[in-house]
Amino acid sequence: MTQQAPPRIGVDSWVAEADERREGGRIRQMFERVPPSARFGAFLFAAALVPLLSSNEYVIRVGVDTLIFSLLALGLNVVVGFSGLLDLGYIAFYGFGAYMYALIASDKFGIHWPAEAALPVILLAAAVVGLLLGLPSRRLLGDYLAIVTLFFGLAFVTFVTNGNRLTLLGHSRAVDLTSGPNGISDLDPLDFFGQKVVSIQAYFYVSLVTLAIVVIGLHFTVESRTGRAWKALREDPLAAETMSIPVNRLKLLAFAFGASIAGATGAITAAVDGAVFPDSYDTPLLITVYAMVILGGAGSLSGVILGALTINISLEVLRDANQARWLFYSVILISLIAKVRPWKKLAVILGGLVVFGFAFHALIAAVWPAGTRGQAAGGDVIGRSVQDWVIRPEHNATLIGNYAFVALIACVLVLTLLHGWWRALFLIPTLYLAAFVWENRLDFEPSTTRLIILGALLIVLMNARPQGLLGTSRVEIG
Amino acid sequence: MTKAFGGLTVIDGLDMEVAPGEVVSVIGPNGAGKTTLFNLVSGLYEPDSGEIELEGTSIVGMPPFRITKLGIARTFQTLRLFLNMTVLENVMASQYGRTHANVLQSIFRTPGSRREEREIARVAGEKLDFFGQRLAGYRRDQPAYSLSYANRRRLEIARAMATEPKLLLLDEPAAGMNPVETHEITELISELRERGGYTILVIEHDMHVVEGISDRVIALDHGVKIAEGSFDAVATDARVVEAYLGLKAS
Repeated sequence: MTQQAPPRIGVDSWVAEADERREGGRIRQMFERVPPSARFGAFLFAAALVPLLSSNEYVIRVGVDTLIFSLLALGLNVVVGFSGLLDLGYIAFYGFGAYMYALIASDKFGIHWPAEAALPVILLAAAVVGLLLGLPSRRLLGDYLAIVTLFFGLAFVTFVTNGNRLTLLGHSRAVDLTSGPNGISDLDPLDFFGQKVVSIQAYFYVSLVTLAIVVIGLHFTVESRTGRAWKALREDPLAAETMSIPVNRLKLLAFAFGASIAGATGAITAAVDGAVFPDSYDTPLLITVYAMVILGGAGSLSGVILGALTINISLEVLRDANQARWLFYSVILISLIAKVRPWKKLAVILGGLVVFGFAFHALIAAVWPAGTRGQAAGGDVIGRSVQDWVIRPEHNATLIGNYAFVALIACVLVLTLLHGWWRALFLIPTLYLAAFVWENRLDFEPSTTRLIILGALLIVLMNARPQGLLGTSRVEIG
Repeated sequence: MTKAFGGLTVIDGLDMEVAPGEVVSVIGPNGAGKTTLFNLVSGLYEPDSGEIELEGTSIVGMPPFRITKLGIARTFQTLRLFLNMTVLENVMASQYGRTHANVLQSIFRTPGSRREEREIARVAGEKLDFFGQRLAGYRRDQPAYSLSYANRRRLEIARAMATEPKLLLLDEPAAGMNPVETHEITELISELRERGGYTILVIEHDMHVVEGISDRVIALDHGVKIAEGSFDAVATDARVVEAYLGLKAS
């Protein structure tokens, strides 16, 4: 057996080797050795293949939505991730860009600007609006900033909803600016130098190119003096101020930057949809974008794109029972494999789960046959193969499922109180109960329950990895 | 100048000067108003009355970042580093005020902005080299939260130096250090004056450090200057002894 040299006190080779010992090991190291430009190039190439590989318009539309969400998440990342400013009115800029496009490229006022004129103007106008929002919020931080920006977001929605009867303090004829609750329809398709963008595939590529431009721009910004100043502002605004960084000006710049990205994205979305409606730009969308940023890792460019991909695709997958079942079981498996150590414990949990399930199923089949003859939602491979493992009652499945759901929540709470091997062992019946709830209750109406499921997924993922998928763990008080 | 918080007058009619190239130490018991003095000079507070001038220009009412651009940099008694940024990024960030590339120039990587970036990196390396092996090599890419306490203090000084100040305010640079590190800090401050040519105002409690570095010592107590002069004169001044140790029971 080779003798290891005794550790030398005070020598920093241990610190220098810390990177090698970080969790994630070899795969992560291989991943990080590829330069970011190559990684992004590979991603763009893979994305560009999507419309070529699938002729299904629905799939391509999902792709366009994912790209739009990625753009929104990137813009929000600048404000929240880099600069640490909690902006809850972000979606208002998105809506502003969309409505502005609706006003200057439709029959509403008879103005039909081509895209090469409209987009830069919308970009600038959104930046100005971002600046205006930032001005009263300059000296605010944290919760106070959140409240003020939230107000702006709601004010925008109210304005466009009632924008069909604007008056000058009640003393002039009512002006219809935004067509109120009905929104504005029949928008012009994007028109670049005479070339109209009509098909969904073409819009996919337009969005992809926009994403590429924004990512490259942001990458250079982050490495520049402005990016460093934003990061310093997030870390410690007071110290940054005394280190020659004009904190308030940079906050305005961050707002304007994020707003212009959101505005341009809004314009593209308006062209894709062909119409704008006031209630599309409200709080649920804001929360979704925030979830993408936080899940992916605030502050990391590739992270938020991954977050957008994960959440948007999950939401789509969860619409269909079979696909949702794939997602459910794979998430559980992957979380277990990723988080349970040592391997022995993982083996016990997985093995025990399988055995427990079969045994329990056999028991119920013997004692109460109607308990196992129920139908699975959808009828694919996985659904049929777990037929003998999970229990599906023939009658009253919904009612039993409801009670089981409540019991499941109780079990999860109990799990958080247990530790070590007790927790591992209790995990087995809890997971089995979760599968039961899934098969009998949630899988039947995935489009209704998908938000609950997404929420549960987010809770699991964020507990397993609070810094987000690709975020770096931050130290708040060193 | 005078500064009061509510009913408590923290600094009362304080009048002092620092000449270029000097190292002046400010001593006094806790609560004497020393850090408040630094906060006033660096622009975090405004004096209720009085003037603060840097080379003839009044800096009262200026936002802190502009004061730093004019040439006053400080460190903090309780460290305030940018913890999640790397060591090098910390020192590069403070050079914001001396550079001019705006966002568009950075995005399009104009030759001017790239030249500035190289210069920023060079200056940052130079300031970190001041500390020899302590902040060298792989350390510069480590996040600041991974540094030991003494190294964090050094990093804060390096960060302040990167703003190329005329006046450097060091708030208790030797706090929490063992005798060896304290000795290093003393030597460092002398080097800062010799090699760097900085004018330095130091708040310190450790009298060895004060003795080793000061051209002049100012003693404060309850916001009032109670003594000024060379170290020997101030250290033996009766009022200073009384402030630190209390009145001798007669």
